[in-house]
Amino acid sequence: MTFQQLLFIGFAALVLGGGIAVVLLRNPLYGAFALITSFVGLSALYVMMGAQFIGAAQIVVYAGAIMMLFVFVIMLLNVRADEERPPRHRFLVWLAAPLALLLSAGLWLAVAGVQGDRAPSGEAGTVERVGKNLMTRYLLPFELTSVLILLAVVGALHLAKREKE
Amino acid sequence: MSNDLQNYIPLLMSFGLASLIATTLLITSRLLGPRIQTREKLMPYECGNDPVGNARDRFSVKFYLVCLLFILFDIEAIILIPWAVVYRALAEELGNKLFVYAEMMIFVATLFVGYIYVWKKGVFDWSK
Repeated sequence: MTFQQLLFIGFAALVLGGGIAVVLLRNPLYGAFALITSFVGLSALYVMMGAQFIGAAQIVVYAGAIMMLFVFVIMLLNVRADEERPPRHRFLVWLAAPLALLLSAGLWLAVAGVQGDRAPSGEAGTVERVGKNLMTRYLLPFELTSVLILLAVVGALHLAKREKE
Repeated sequence: MSNDLQNYIPLLMSFGLASLIATTLLITSRLLGPRIQTREKLMPYECGNDPVGNARDRFSVKFYLVCLLFILFDIEAIILIPWAVVYRALAEELGNKLFVYAEMMIFVATLFVGYIYVWKKGVFDWSK
């Protein structure tokens, strides 16, 4: 086993462990922290695949900004730690295992045909490549993104301001 | 290991070191520290004062709005990075510095309109 494989297993375990912790932890804030752990592992996996820009964005935007929003939502919803568990439907528990099996089988079918030794294309995700394509080939979508963000700014303002009227 | 990933070894080391220090501190303080619990010690910590009321209170939606705006301008900030990295090379390749500069300035200007709008609407005015 190479060092790189070892790293992959470590970070994949971080992603999966974080994800499982999000589902299992009862305290929503602990869940949010577990999700950050998962994001860190995911970012490392992106970097290992040669997608450095996405890896950085994963940390800056997701682990930073989006998680902050999550924590604020948890605060706004005012969830009590001692809140009662919602009633469980017994049959759902029995349904979970077959459905998980079905999902695994589907995923396996999708992945089985892929050649294992195919290395990720090293260049495609570098910051230089992303920047160059963004500034030349995808210039129009790039500029339109600013309009999209502008719309989001106005939309967010009006959604949050509504209560005053 | 490919040459490209070797650049990330220092990052990996600092990641490992940070986790190591954090876990070591937690474990040693748990093993070595005395645990004498008094009522005052178990109180929620509010900068040294006795806590006022329950922490699980309703928060103003204003905080949420600031958070939303932070995400949007955070996305703008991360998009600046690839531009800044390729700026010099691309300006030489296209032979037009101003063009590459203007590309980003249009992007920033559009968002600046949003910023002024939000400011005029009084989102940053905390006394309201």
